[in-house]
Amino acid sequence: MTKREDDGISVYLVSRQKLAELSPDEKLKFILKEVKKGKILVLEHGLTAIEQASLIENTMREIEQDTFIGVEMEGYGEDKSTFIQKILGIIKKPRMTLIGPADLLKTVKKDNHMIQTKIITGKGS
Amino acid sequence: MGLFRRGNLSSILQRIFGKKHVKIGIYGPPNVGKTTLANRILRDWTGDIMGSVSEIPHETRRAKWKKDVRVENNGSSLLMDIVDTPGIATKVDFKDFMNTYGLSKDEAKRRAKEATEGVIESIRWLEEVDGVLLVMDSTEDPFTQVNVTILGNLEARNLPVLVAANKIDMENSSPATLKSAFPQHPVIPISALTGYNADNLYSTMVKHFSKRHRKRR
Repeated sequence: MTKREDDGISVYLVSRQKLAELSPDEKLKFILKEVKKGKILVLEHGLTAIEQASLIENTMREIEQDTFIGVEMEGYGEDKSTFIQKILGIIKKPRMTLIGPADLLKTVKKDNHMIQTKIITGKGS
Repeated sequence: MGLFRRGNLSSILQRIFGKKHVKIGIYGPPNVGKTTLANRILRDWTGDIMGSVSEIPHETRRAKWKKDVRVENNGSSLLMDIVDTPGIATKVDFKDFMNTYGLSKDEAKRRAKEATEGVIESIRWLEEVDGVLLVMDSTEDPFTQVNVTILGNLEARNLPVLVAANKIDMENSSPATLKSAFPQHPVIPISALTGYNADNLYSTMVKHFSKRHRKRR
């Protein structure tokens, strides 16, 4: 996981095991709580599209105009299961997701192959 | 009691031939022209409008809807309830309204607060709609997280989606970028402002939203 040190900003990688042991609600609460502290998280297994929408909904409820303006979140959509994978019951997992406070993390560019973000120094925890 | 009572027959025919009445949500990030498009559709098919538009983001902060809008296409038609939803965003900063658009602090804070409520309302409406007209700004990068999240949601719910690549009247628009970004969905270039290519959008809406889909919750 991440924290701001005097000599820079660190980024927290959250393992898929940690995420797997949380219920969807607990996962969203955990993410939002950490991000509100100013942490930047890289989720090894990101959020499903439905979870992302719930996170946006929860974020809107938590916005405090002078201290927390929302989140910046980047990742790629889930891979589609092939017909054979569906028959075999193989479920594709959400892909890696980067998430942080919107006043600290900014997306510069995103395309099908690469996501470029920048961390605004001088903020965060 | 006959097998083909009116209700049963209508339901059977609908199942065989597709839907005739659907609730369509107009979705997208703030300031892509959702209300302009809603106004265009309503003006063309009912003579009415949906709401006011503004260059300041989050002008629509409550969902608005118009029932029973009949859109026709070459002899077939589809009755739609059109829902114009507030723009979905992952962040709302009142200082943007002050610094970029000159709103007073109180006005900016009120707008920001209402905008957050609007985002929640938009997401809630996803449960209610039968299909989505996803509006994107064809002058902007389409790979935003909001677009990805909305599309992922619609796909997870198995809702039909039609991408309206708006603002093609602008010099720097690139609807081709949207088409290549989202090849799995129909993308219709349009100018909601001038009405350019609206006929193509309407015929695609009737065809696409009439299809039967089994919604997943």
